[in-house]
Amino acid sequence: MDAIDVLVRLAWLAGAVGFVIGLIRMNSPATARNGNLLSAAGMAVAIGATGILIIRAGGDATAWLIIAAGILLGGGLGLYTARTVAMTAMPQLVSLFNAVGGGAAALIGIDEYIRLVNSPEAAPFTTTIFVVLDIVIGSVTFSGSLIASGKLMGLSITPSRPVMVPGGQLVTIALAAIVVASAGYLFFVEDSLALMFVIVAASLVFGITMTLPIGGADMPVVISLLNSFTGTAVAMAGFVIDNVVLIIAGALVGASGAILTKLMADAMNRSVLNIMVGGFGGGEGTVGPAGSEGGTVRSIGVDDAAIQLAYASSVIVVPGYGLAVAQAQHAVRELADLLEERGVTVNYAIHPVAGRMPGHMNVLLAEANVPYPQLREMEDVNPEFERADVALVVGANDVTNPAARRPGNPVSGMPILDVDHAKSIIVIKRSMGRGYAGIDNELYVNPKTGMLFADAKQGLADLVSAVKAV
Amino acid sequence: MTDPLLTNFIIFVLAILCGFAVISKVPATLHTPLMSGANSIHGIVLVGSMLIATSARDPLGYGIAAIAVAFSAMNVVGGYVVTDRMLQMFRKRGAPARPADAAERSEG
Repeated sequence: MDAIDVLVRLAWLAGAVGFVIGLIRMNSPATARNGNLLSAAGMAVAIGATGILIIRAGGDATAWLIIAAGILLGGGLGLYTARTVAMTAMPQLVSLFNAVGGGAAALIGIDEYIRLVNSPEAAPFTTTIFVVLDIVIGSVTFSGSLIASGKLMGLSITPSRPVMVPGGQLVTIALAAIVVASAGYLFFVEDSLALMFVIVAASLVFGITMTLPIGGADMPVVISLLNSFTGTAVAMAGFVIDNVVLIIAGALVGASGAILTKLMADAMNRSVLNIMVGGFGGGEGTVGPAGSEGGTVRSIGVDDAAIQLAYASSVIVVPGYGLAVAQAQHAVRELADLLEERGVTVNYAIHPVAGRMPGHMNVLLAEANVPYPQLREMEDVNPEFERADVALVVGANDVTNPAARRPGNPVSGMPILDVDHAKSIIVIKRSMGRGYAGIDNELYVNPKTGMLFADAKQGLADLVSAVKAV
Repeated sequence: MTDPLLTNFIIFVLAILCGFAVISKVPATLHTPLMSGANSIHGIVLVGSMLIATSARDPLGYGIAAIAVAFSAMNVVGGYVVTDRMLQMFRKRGAPARPADAAERSEG
């Protein structure tokens, strides 16, 4: 190992340090942007050092051509999509980047295996293990992420509703058996390129059958899980080509994705396994008739609601999935501005799973220029509902259902926002349709609740003009 | 188990623990940027893709490397740019979008 070798490895270490410190600085909104730039700088150093290593190894012209063209093409495509994507489309873009990252990791494994098979000696047992793990995880992530992304984009070949694969469980078991049997053959009998491609094919199909049956509202959990998979695949690729920086960065992402996935599943009161096997079945927007036995629903007009809001001293806005779907984040901000001009204190109560990804609602509201100190997390804001004159619920449903405090129903035990503690409640909703859990929301029959039946965006726009007229 | 493999495995386990420790502290507000930020970090696979491009010796090898490099470059560039785009929107005050700095100063 000469001086340049040592320097390159130190540069890789510097890159890894950049990733870790960058993630730490993502702890707070004030330092998060800086943290991301630090992480990007670490990435630039690691890639630059790799370039130096290749120069010293005397990489041939074709290799350089491939690297330059690949970076220009892929980087350009990444830059374009990242610049133009709408903030509401963030989950599908993350999913797309998962797909390409996982795909690249799988390709590294495939490439290495081809080299091993063509070499005169038998492939070392341990290398084959990591090659197989890399290929399986990378391929599952590639096809699974593409399906997840397509579902969120609403492509017709990948509908967002759960799609039942005929004999789904059997297909899954058969695919897993094919992978295990082929891998066993490669480990214990002999190397075989053909079998390796069988593993690739089975893993790709597995990724599809795994993701297709999952409904749109569960997709964030799946994307988070796939993010974790991609990291793990990259770490495995690091083992395959004996590269430490791939191992460190991949393991970091694998761990973070696993925690995020668990946090999201917890917030939805479900286990990751339950989501992967397919849960409530109906998916988002299961519409059922209003419950008549629970009490009566009081409907409220725009003008009445506007007066309530305008003369309140404290208002808590509770935005949910429906607000994200209706892209009403700018309208809600406009209403809040108007109220603040009148001296009303406005806060936003953000449930951990509001939006389409954990923390997604914060991004959407930040895009609409809502200052982040007004975005309050659940534990922080719950005690304040008692002092709030009006809680304005826009497109949130299950996360406000007081039934969660009682055992014996689908939302039991789910952490909720204590909206029912507010002095009065206004709910903007299109109909009495049920939320994701498929049960009636007891909040809607609360005597303090007024239902404003409207599309989230239209309802907020009407409220804005009505408040102006007050 | 060969020595380099053992070393790599130790590093792998420690990096996982490091990931748990670092991530557990992040507030829910930042979960989406965090997911996107972690997403860009696995773009490090570009290093591996560049290395297999240099060791490729036949058209198949070059083809695989070309796709791998393009894929991982998209992951790196897109990931960091979109994370930055998200994070620059997090502002302390409800200042108008542009010019943010001047407005923030004037509001103290």
